[in-house]
Amino acid sequence: MPTIVVDVMPKAELLDPQGKAVAGAFARLGVSDFTGVRIGKRFELTVEGEVTDELLAEAQRVADEILSNSVIEDVVGIEVVQ
Amino acid sequence: MTARIGVITFPGSLDDRDAQRAIQVAGAEPVALWHGSHDLDGVDALVLPGGFSYGDYLRAGAIAALAPIMAEVKDAAAQGMPVLGICNGFQMLVEAHLLPGGLIRNAHQQFIRRDQRLRVENNDTAWTSDFASGQEIVIPLKNADGGYIASESELDRLEGEGLVAFRYVGVNPNGSLRDIAGITNERGNVVGLMPHPEHAVEPGFGPNTPEAMRSGVDGLSFFSSAIAAVVAQAA
Repeated sequence: MPTIVVDVMPKAELLDPQGKAVAGAFARLGVSDFTGVRIGKRFELTVEGEVTDELLAEAQRVADEILSNSVIEDVVGIEVVQ
Repeated sequence: MTARIGVITFPGSLDDRDAQRAIQVAGAEPVALWHGSHDLDGVDALVLPGGFSYGDYLRAGAIAALAPIMAEVKDAAAQGMPVLGICNGFQMLVEAHLLPGGLIRNAHQQFIRRDQRLRVENNDTAWTSDFASGQEIVIPLKNADGGYIASESELDRLEGEGLVAFRYVGVNPNGSLRDIAGITNERGNVVGLMPHPEHAVEPGFGPNTPEAMRSGVDGLSFFSSAIAAVVAQAA
């Protein structure tokens, strides 16, 4: 069954308290190879049958209007996974 | 006339009954409204109460902002009806784009509950006219997603146009940018804030004050302001 994967991230210029908390844990655990952590959301929209251009356009619409809040987040990816 | 002020209950609302009680204590008639209907029952003003609507899934207030009754709330707000969003209600108002900015997880990642000092930055709104400009008040705060954010340019615009209604004083409890606790729209009829005025309206149940324990009733002026706005509109 095809799945449309939508990735949403907090805007780069805004605070990401959850990512900061994980970065803090890294520091405490001695994990020093990574200079930052940001946490986003992955949505998996399952569809029956073929993923048409219309369906992808609808996925883009719900990603922009419902799954993300453009004031604080960006939709960074929409892709089809079989 | 007795002002009729509606309180909308969503699945997961917690403070709807408290808001109704506050409205009654302030001298108006509370009207219980339901998120799934399209009927505002002819109310004169609206309160979107605190809680964790829909478990705050997706984003705090996001799914509630898409509830059926929100179409009527948007129409009423556009026509100038006083609308107050408290905590989760504030989150719904920003998600519905009735107020600018956004609310994210507290900077310290913890739920916080404290009696919070605020400064009234704008007393020229439907919900703040009974305060003095710059007046400091203490009302309860309790939230997990109370960090107010917006872009720097948007924050500058809010400050420049006087749309910051309340600011945290002493302690910034959640990492809100520019210590913003609440904002208003340009018209002054739609106001949202994270702290809870409805929990500070009755002696014996409010925050402690230097005079006596639990005697703080600073929240009452929100509701008396709205009643005055409704009466002025009707006159």
